[in-house]
Amino acid sequence: MATMTRRLLSLGGNLSWPQWKLPGAGLRTLFPRWTWAIVLGGYAVLALLVPVLNLAVPASSALHVSDYWVALGGKILCYATVALAMDLVWGYAGILSLGHGLFFALGGYAMGMYLMRAIGSDGVYGDPVLPDFMVFLDWKALPWYWRGSNSFLQQAAMVILAPSLLAFVFGWFAFRSRIRGVYFSIITQALTFAFMLLFFRNQTGFGGNNGFTDFKRILGFPLANPRTRIVLFALSATLLLLALIGCRLLVRSKFGRVLTAIRDAEDRVRFCGYDPVGFKLFVWTLSAAICGIAGALYVPQVGIINPSEMSPANSVEIAIWVAVGGRGTLLGPILGAALINGAKSWLTVAAPELWLYALGLLFIVVTRWLPDGVLGLFRREGK
Amino acid sequence: MNLDTPRGPVLYLDGVTVSFDGFKALDSLSLIVEPGELRCIIGPNGAGKTTMMDVITGKTRPDAGEAHFGNSHDLTRLSEPEIARAGIGRKFQKPTIFKNHTVFENLEVALKTDKRVLPTLRSERTPEQDARIDEVLGLIGLRHKAERKADLLSHGEKQWLEIGMLLVQDPRLLLLDEPVAGMSDEETARTGELLESLAGKHSLVVVEHDMHFVESIARKVTVLHEGRLLAEGTLETVREDPRVIDVYLGR
Repeated sequence: MATMTRRLLSLGGNLSWPQWKLPGAGLRTLFPRWTWAIVLGGYAVLALLVPVLNLAVPASSALHVSDYWVALGGKILCYATVALAMDLVWGYAGILSLGHGLFFALGGYAMGMYLMRAIGSDGVYGDPVLPDFMVFLDWKALPWYWRGSNSFLQQAAMVILAPSLLAFVFGWFAFRSRIRGVYFSIITQALTFAFMLLFFRNQTGFGGNNGFTDFKRILGFPLANPRTRIVLFALSATLLLLALIGCRLLVRSKFGRVLTAIRDAEDRVRFCGYDPVGFKLFVWTLSAAICGIAGALYVPQVGIINPSEMSPANSVEIAIWVAVGGRGTLLGPILGAALINGAKSWLTVAAPELWLYALGLLFIVVTRWLPDGVLGLFRREGK
Repeated sequence: MNLDTPRGPVLYLDGVTVSFDGFKALDSLSLIVEPGELRCIIGPNGAGKTTMMDVITGKTRPDAGEAHFGNSHDLTRLSEPEIARAGIGRKFQKPTIFKNHTVFENLEVALKTDKRVLPTLRSERTPEQDARIDEVLGLIGLRHKAERKADLLSHGEKQWLEIGMLLVQDPRLLLLDEPVAGMSDEETARTGELLESLAGKHSLVVVEHDMHFVESIARKVTVLHEGRLLAEGTLETVREDPRVIDVYLGR
């Protein structure tokens, strides 16, 4: 009996994955102590304090956070997650994507499909199954690729699957053919442009140039309710935190050191016996998946998704957030996305005609004088 | 994976031909390198030295001819990473190292281990691996600079680091393209000592322009000219070969 037990136990020991240690000890040293404090403090403010200030503090109080700020903040949190995902491929693997908005939009569309179905018969035309735009186009039934889209779980899976699958297939061909640098960037730009044109067509079945809008509820919770919106906001903050920790674990591992090695001297990596294709494909697909989840949280918060999210300019802007914040730092791009989008929402109200000039000027200033971005300023002082 | 018998040549090239747009960079080149040998390859610019290394490491595919590594590796079929994993290490003319990594990390990335994606994700260094890295750090004389960013090394130190990155892969054959280019006399001498200490354990093929350096380490010399083998033998024999004199004096 005792031998049996021992054997069973030892078998269990052998069965566990020998090198998958719980990253508990690794987590504590993941960031320098003060950075950790800022990260967790920032998260606590966003996920705990803001909801209280929004819901429990009366609107008359100076401490009240209005619904407007919650909506803007939630949007920026999603953008920041995209910037983080972008930094993973650009800052660490040296792959400049100018089409990352596509993965974000695909995640958004996958969630949008569910939200459209969740409208039910509350739409303008009152059709219990068909979304308004299909009734308008005089379609009689759902296209096959809308099958099961009323299931939240299925669409949640699609949020990850659609962008990852596209990224995987595209990346497989591109990386295997050793397409690199500016050529790769141009092709990603063309890819998102092609998808934008495709989604603009009514026949594609995703609402044409109007896209999806007029959402009513998610999982039964009305989207107009501030409580639903604050939960989405807190979820966005949580996604950002988890993505940050995940990316940081990845870049701090040996895998991360191979990635930066690929960025700095791909030939040498190959002659060291690694095939860079698999490594690039892994982060590329992971990055696309993170963008997809961010897009899925973005759509219910802004209440609309349309093909303009796939416009090349949108993807270029993502690259600017990362460059401004500081490439290859993970925290920098989050800061960059927040700064630029904060400035954008202010300036497009105060002086809308100036915004694009300001953005262009900022990009020039950063590439000329701040190659390491805003975060680079602090780093240099620290050294 | 190495079922090679210890006997037989390490590297075997026969009738290798490579042409670029009609120009024959290699013209029916044959070369045999024995285990533990230290071979120097000399020849004027455009003689085909770099193309030969490209063929051996899988970067360029020959139009005709055979290229074998040991008994079981057909170099004309394997990819670059496969050839590297099979045991051929290559040092480029210009030092290529990972400039943003520390010296230690450079060696860690290069270290012989499972280099597929998922095993790399899970990998944690073992004490044996640390010991191996430390041993090579001592060999290339960079132990005291292990934590320094590779970009901050001197030119000579970068060359040694690159050689170290080859050594931690435990290669059977090392290809070195102008290993002492741009080095001071003292650095050149130390590199010569390093290479001589490696011969025997590894086979080395050194492409070099610096004749003083070749003189100091050479046992057997191969002279290439216009993609063909012009002469082979000890440095003395080769020097007196009228065809070699012709080629070198003609320039």
